[in-house]
Amino acid sequence: MIRVTLPYHLRNLARVGKEVELQIEGPVTPSAILTALEAQYPMLLGTIRDQATGHRRPFIRFFADGQDLSHQSPETPLPEAVANGTLPFLVVGAMAGG
Amino acid sequence: MSTVRVLVGTRKGAFILTADGKRDKWSVSGPHFAGWEIYHFNGSPADPQRLYASQSTGWFGQVIQRSNDGGQNWEAVGNTFAYEGTPGTHQWYDGTQHPWEFKRVWRLEPSLTDPDEVYAGVEDAALFRSRDGGQTWQELPGLRAVKGHLWQPGAGGMCLHTLVLDKNQPNRLYAAISAAGAFRSDDAGQTWRPINKGLVANGELPDPAAEVGHCVHCIAMHPSRSGVLFMQKHWDVMRSDDAGDSWHEVSGNLPSDFGFPIAVHAHEPETIFVVPIKSDSEHYPPEGKLRVYRSRSGGQEWEALTQGLPQSDCYVNVLRSAMAVDTLDQCGVYFGTTGGQVYASADAGDHWQPIVRDLPAVLSVEVQTLP
Repeated sequence: MIRVTLPYHLRNLARVGKEVELQIEGPVTPSAILTALEAQYPMLLGTIRDQATGHRRPFIRFFADGQDLSHQSPETPLPEAVANGTLPFLVVGAMAGG
Repeated sequence: MSTVRVLVGTRKGAFILTADGKRDKWSVSGPHFAGWEIYHFNGSPADPQRLYASQSTGWFGQVIQRSNDGGQNWEAVGNTFAYEGTPGTHQWYDGTQHPWEFKRVWRLEPSLTDPDEVYAGVEDAALFRSRDGGQTWQELPGLRAVKGHLWQPGAGGMCLHTLVLDKNQPNRLYAAISAAGAFRSDDAGQTWRPINKGLVANGELPDPAAEVGHCVHCIAMHPSRSGVLFMQKHWDVMRSDDAGDSWHEVSGNLPSDFGFPIAVHAHEPETIFVVPIKSDSEHYPPEGKLRVYRSRSGGQEWEALTQGLPQSDCYVNVLRSAMAVDTLDQCGVYFGTTGGQVYASADAGDHWQPIVRDLPAVLSVEVQTLP
């Protein structure tokens, strides 16, 4: 089971707690996680990645296992600790204030 | 007794203000969607319990919310706004062509007859329609075919911010876009024509006959007077008596003819309201006095309405979608400010009181009059 941590506003939108669990077949990548997340919580469509381009929204970051994975290809396999559910995949609203 | 429900969209959530027909004691519900920008929040004339809200942030993009019980419960519905066909390009600030990119929904206008039918005016400017209560959205691409390649964003973005439906002519729609101008469709949104003749002002466009490129801020029409339109333009308050085919200025004795919203009295089609703002360089009321101006003659002659409004040291703005009227016998007028106040008048503007003083900046105000 894959664990995903969502930012405050998306938890409220999806009406879930801080963390959700997803079942994923095949390689565990950011893209696969988001596809499963959007299928289970369709109200999150477009809130993390642009619906037209599939690109990560500018003020969203992906963290896992102490690393910022935001700039990696979304098809890059995630660390084993995320794939086996030991650690969560973190969807983070970026610091973007002033 | 009737109930009035004021739907308020703010920078940090939606609020519902409710009172009975006396309109002197108000209850406040909210914030709904706390922390999100609510560009527009509107109810269906056909089923007042059906509400739609445009919810967005720079972080998480666009969400559309729908309520079937007057705002007690909400569900997120469709938020896929895909331009029809190849999106194409429009003019960018540097004169080059720039791809059309969806950013947010500025306006949600429910059909006058069907609660499941609702229009969405979006940035980058286009018009979408849903016929399934907001679950799916289809563009009406005929609008962008009207010289869309020449449209250029205004300072607030290239947004379709105003949509007027005509109950007497169901196939007729009016749309206004910053900074492209006003447009009319006579075939339910399939094809459009620009309606910008007469919209001239020094410093806005060098070509007074330009078909598009006009900075229209808001348009209002009385439901009983098809074809009589009132417009707050960037500069100038304008009037058309031929469904927008031509416009003439009715700014008259206003202290400034810059401003954003315009509204028409519910029962007096020649009574209109504006909120003059000092200038496009200084977005606050002239002399620090918050004054609504009312014309009872369809423009040109205006009177200041000040009772209950701050008459010193007031430097708020009133945005284009932030003024509305109720339909009670004694017409109520409402507006919200960027300072978070929502003011109400139960006597067509003669006297005002703040319903709330400390909301986040108000982006939109709509009013429902419930039996």
